[in-house]
Amino acid sequence: MNNIKLEKTAYKIRKHAVDAVYSAQSGHPGGSLSVADILAILYMEEMKVSPQNPKDPDRDRFVLSKGHCAPALYGALAEKGFFPVEDVKTFRKIDSYLQGHPDMKGVPGVDMSTGSLGQGICAAGGMALAAKLDGRDYRVYTVLGDGEIEEGQVWEAAMFAAHYQLDNLVAFVDFNGLQIDGDITKVMNPTPIDKKFEAFGWNVVIADAHDFDSLREALANARNTKGQPTAIIAKSVKGKGVSFMENEAGWHGNAPNTEQYEQAAAELDQKIAELEAADNGR
Amino acid sequence: MADKKIATREAYGAALAEFGAREDIVVLDADLSKSTKTDTFKKQYPERFINMGIAEANMMSTAAGLASCGKTVFASSFAMFAAGRAFEQVRNSICYPKLNVKIGATHAGISVGEDGATHQCLEDIALMRSLPGMVIINPADAVEARLAVKAAIEHNGPCYLRFGRLGVPTIFDESYQFELGKGVEIASGNDATIIATGLMVGTALEAKELLENEGINARVINIHTIKPIDRDIIVKASRETGAIVTCEEHNIIGGLGSAVAEVLCEEAPCKMARIGTKDVFGKSGKPAELLKEYGLTAEDIAESVKKLIK
Repeated sequence: MNNIKLEKTAYKIRKHAVDAVYSAQSGHPGGSLSVADILAILYMEEMKVSPQNPKDPDRDRFVLSKGHCAPALYGALAEKGFFPVEDVKTFRKIDSYLQGHPDMKGVPGVDMSTGSLGQGICAAGGMALAAKLDGRDYRVYTVLGDGEIEEGQVWEAAMFAAHYQLDNLVAFVDFNGLQIDGDITKVMNPTPIDKKFEAFGWNVVIADAHDFDSLREALANARNTKGQPTAIIAKSVKGKGVSFMENEAGWHGNAPNTEQYEQAAAELDQKIAELEAADNGR
Repeated sequence: MADKKIATREAYGAALAEFGAREDIVVLDADLSKSTKTDTFKKQYPERFINMGIAEANMMSTAAGLASCGKTVFASSFAMFAAGRAFEQVRNSICYPKLNVKIGATHAGISVGEDGATHQCLEDIALMRSLPGMVIINPADAVEARLAVKAAIEHNGPCYLRFGRLGVPTIFDESYQFELGKGVEIASGNDATIIATGLMVGTALEAKELLENEGINARVINIHTIKPIDRDIIVKASRETGAIVTCEEHNIIGGLGSAVAEVLCEEAPCKMARIGTKDVFGKSGKPAELLKEYGLTAEDIAESVKKLIK
């Protein structure tokens, strides 16, 4: 998919995420906005997944280890066609299948229930191992938050994946530099993230989380790496795409009010319209 | 009762090897395979044995990932670390998505012995019982442990298997019928009922003999599946004998005693007493010394029954 189309999809994912959080008056917009481009390239270009056959044993897997960014994942799955886009607005509401954090039993396209930080990457490791045991060639992708890697079990999983040479596993770190209580380096400094994964035996690629050429190159590097899992440290902007949410830790887990929502929606709609025009003008 | 004593963990390892031919079975262990006896499986099916190192949290979530791809996964460690340290991974990665993971927890209870309090898990049944959808099996001897493993493989969903380190007498013979969720009346009687689980089943049978010498005819029920518990057999025992003593190698809070009390309170109240550790931690010592010190002997059970029905 060309970069303009990808960016347009990413902005639609952002719009769905903001719609979802506003509609629920609850949820996590900041990290959902920072991860949107990664989800766009994974679902629209990289991964072999089909909404017609969501349980295909040979499909690539995706695990949102930072499960609180479900609004973006639901946006991506809806854009891919796993369920109607209107449903995104039922997020977190009673009787909706779109739970506050991803629920694999209820949502088509969700491969693992996540939300408790640190566990998703471990489950992704299990999936990658299953592929090796079965001689299947599917790949497993996961996205961690940069705050999430403060969880000890992330490093248990890192040791495990390198030890068993799970080169079919790719872990993104959405490196937006902010966690709930503020700057990650001030709360509990997990940097240098790249050197940590390297020391654990991973192939490490640094990428720009909002540049599709950079992400594409990183994914190709991962695919061409044998005998090692790949960590893509993707430098991102928390709140990306909504001016007043960018680089503000306060937007980690807060819903916008009506006035804020209208501004956010207007900014995102305008960007989508611009990308639409650019795409049509090609 | 046969003289030869076999630990249920031995039977667990042997059963994994016996029933492990199925390609979908994968066994994980956290650097304790010689103690949990999963090394028996490892010798037979090395390609499907995965050592996870000393990392139980990752082991449980990895097990979930494997199960999501169609594997029947056994994740093994000591009860303390499987149910205790990794509780939240068991809850969120395994039970919430209802994945097909069997937790093979060995070294449960005070009979671990010399390792002491840090390794004597007396809270695992309580922890696992609180998880929606978790099946809990606590076999009494080697025969039952083998059948428990078979039943766990046939059951699709999370399952907690509780095994001991200590060799215990074999109670059952090859004709023994095991049905998941069904208690077993292993000795008849109408003066009182002793409901036991795990290694306390053998002790309960000894207590029955002691009581018989004093003219008391106690029924003995083996509850191998603590969840879902067999309500009918408990209610029947209450109505027919009017007095129940529960016996478990676990804290009296949250385990078999609590499970039985819940059934009785709701359906058929009767006089009741609980044998178990009394909300305390264990300590180092020989298993027999510890069982005595913590009030888990046949004499303790017999005394409790006598007090209850006097």
